[in-house]
Amino acid sequence: MKAEQLGRPVEILLAEDNPADVRLTREALRDAKVHNNLSVVTDGVEAMAFLRRQGVYADAPRPDVILLDLNMPRKDGRQVLAEIKADEQLKCIPIVILTSSQAEEDILRAYNLSVNCYVTKPVELDQFLKVVRSIENFWLEIVALPEK
Amino acid sequence: MSPLVDTHKPIEILLAEDNPGDVRLTREALKDAKISNHLSVVADGLETLAFLHREGRYANAPRPHLILLDLNMPRMDGRQVLATIKADEDLRRIPVVVLSTSQDRQDIQKAYALQANCYVTKPTNYDQFVSVVKSVEEFWATIVELPPET
Repeated sequence: MKAEQLGRPVEILLAEDNPADVRLTREALRDAKVHNNLSVVTDGVEAMAFLRRQGVYADAPRPDVILLDLNMPRKDGRQVLAEIKADEQLKCIPIVILTSSQAEEDILRAYNLSVNCYVTKPVELDQFLKVVRSIENFWLEIVALPEK
Repeated sequence: MSPLVDTHKPIEILLAEDNPGDVRLTREALKDAKISNHLSVVADGLETLAFLHREGRYANAPRPHLILLDLNMPRMDGRQVLATIKADEDLRRIPVVVLSTSQDRQDIQKAYALQANCYVTKPTNYDQFVSVVKSVEEFWATIVELPPET
């Protein structure tokens, strides 16, 4: 069903190690029409712990959508994407890659790994906000999300 | 932004839809789209696969950048088409947007499990239908990086 019909805030997990990008994404999502709750993890190991509710993430909500950076410490987004899409419990969660990489190899690999979509981060501030809002608008207001 | 925008090449969209009314509305919505696009239409699942595999009269078919896939179609339904595309090493990269009247949670769940790129329900209202198709086109053509052609 559409995110706005869930009857609760939409849970978004952002996996991003750059504090400025986290802040901008938070700002863009705060103004969103659809009420949402943003959780942030800063590397791939944490992202997987969050999704598997391990350790400090024992009570973590299951995200409705994941925004995933590619270049992160410890475990990068490519590996996280592969692990999620190979996991029967997690593979249905839509994943939006949000990265500064425009490398064809990264784009190709992400789609081969069944990413839901790949979006590059604009360097310009207003454009960055616009892109995050477009993602929010499309995934939370147009798309029907899988239920848990 | 999408490299397609810079090159001004029309984006190739394949619509798999058996309802002529929905085909017409989709065509209308895409005609006014910001990004130039070329729409091909097939009316059932077997034709969809023939188009993608360039078989028979589809020998010169373009490779779509984006597939809009209805679920309930004659001969082979959209679920089977989706499963076949996503199991194919070459075709699986093409983003598939399921565009269906079904709001059934199992249909939605199954489509994501089969790795549909996203699932969009068709509004029954004319204006909303056109607006949703435009949103789909705008998001995939201007915000998303589509897979490069190899």
